[in-house]
Amino acid sequence: MPKDGSVVRLDGQGKPLWLVLELTYRCPLACPWCSNPVDYARCENELTTEEWKRVMREGRELGALQLGFTGGEPMLRKDVEGLVGEAHRLGYYTNLITSGVGLSEARLAALKRAGLNQIQLSIQSSRRDLTDSLVGARAFDHKLKIARLIKAYGFPMVLNVPVCRQNVDLTAEILQMAEDIGVDYLEFANIQYYNWAMVNRNELLPSLEQLKRAEALVQQARRRLDGKMTIYFVIPDYYVERPKACMNGWGAIHLTIAPDGAALPCQEARVIPGLEFPTVREKSLAWLWNESPTFRKFRGDEWMKEPCRSCSEKKKDFGGCRCQALLLTGDAANTDPACARSPHHQLIVDAVARANDPSRVYQPLVMRRTSREELDIALG
Amino acid sequence: MTTDIPSAGQERPVVNPMFLFRWEETQQAYVLLYPEGVVKLNDTAGEILKRCDGAHTVGEMIDEIAREFAAAPVQIEQSVQKFLEVSHAKGWIRRQA
Repeated sequence: MPKDGSVVRLDGQGKPLWLVLELTYRCPLACPWCSNPVDYARCENELTTEEWKRVMREGRELGALQLGFTGGEPMLRKDVEGLVGEAHRLGYYTNLITSGVGLSEARLAALKRAGLNQIQLSIQSSRRDLTDSLVGARAFDHKLKIARLIKAYGFPMVLNVPVCRQNVDLTAEILQMAEDIGVDYLEFANIQYYNWAMVNRNELLPSLEQLKRAEALVQQARRRLDGKMTIYFVIPDYYVERPKACMNGWGAIHLTIAPDGAALPCQEARVIPGLEFPTVREKSLAWLWNESPTFRKFRGDEWMKEPCRSCSEKKKDFGGCRCQALLLTGDAANTDPACARSPHHQLIVDAVARANDPSRVYQPLVMRRTSREELDIALG
Repeated sequence: MTTDIPSAGQERPVVNPMFLFRWEETQQAYVLLYPEGVVKLNDTAGEILKRCDGAHTVGEMIDEIAREFAAAPVQIEQSVQKFLEVSHAKGWIRRQA
């Protein structure tokens, strides 16, 4: 999944270089930072194998190069191997983004034969008990086994660790674990506070001191492992007073298709009210990318208000994240409040203070499998 | 003193198997693809990486590219070497004899 710290070094020239297919919202894990919509259970109308193949063909015609299979847990679908084969035939660089649950040696072998280019596996810490409690399932041993198999089958591998208060102090152990497995890319991924993560923000947000200690360890490891393992780590936007260049700009290079076929400028965009998300069942991918009002809405910088409009950095950060602006300020066209120049920046300052308040009453993490009714109760 | 390390011109660099290097019709350019990343290469960079196949020595590479761009080998040698150094630092190629 493209995110903070990922590296697409290419001006799309108007092409959706990155096509992300959320094959399903179903997942046996219950991660409390899941990026899927909080009401994901409403989405029951998954695209069929043939529909996904048509999306891939149309994406390639639009110039898409990178293809991500994600979810939910994509391996819950039985047709991933067939979809990978078709994607490979079409000329995509294929990325499988998985929790490892649903993968087996037989399926890895089949994916290799189908031409899969790389696997991104998530792992939540270097310890069994913590990992299993964070994902709400006994998954750690299986994930480690799958990690070693991924390397045994010769895939380039990204190990993705969502960084939260609960695991950030294990950075040294996690680095060691990644080195032992022989991963090619270790990505410490900042949790983005939308959807489920937003529900749990007070409990998940690490402190700046924790992050700085982790960053120092990462820098040491980068020197030690020069050339052997690439390590992504950035201090999150909540602490740096500048917004992230979210998605490289709205509708610039990223196109996500949700399980029901809705075309999204990013995986979180469904949180923005007032936007319509027509599906690939109703419209061609070319129309969705080029013509749909949703993709045009925040493309370029015409939509910007002050302080973005006259800001010297607007071509660098595109005003930050539309979803974060909406969630925190109530208007997706506002400057991302992570920016210190935003008139709403105090919202971020306050959120950081709340999460780091030593007198705060700690709440249990709200796990993803909670039903909507339970969620309403948990949120009071 | 002799060593096993070949002189610069005798190396046969090879694209790192972690990267996929190929022509991309929609970009009219050679591209390098890797997990979550794309690098679009300009003409000369593409011509150099195309020859990082483990068969061409750097010397042969320079001769061929000089012919391709109608230049004298001495004129381009430095920029080819420089690009190979950068490519190596970025992990795109591996050096081998």
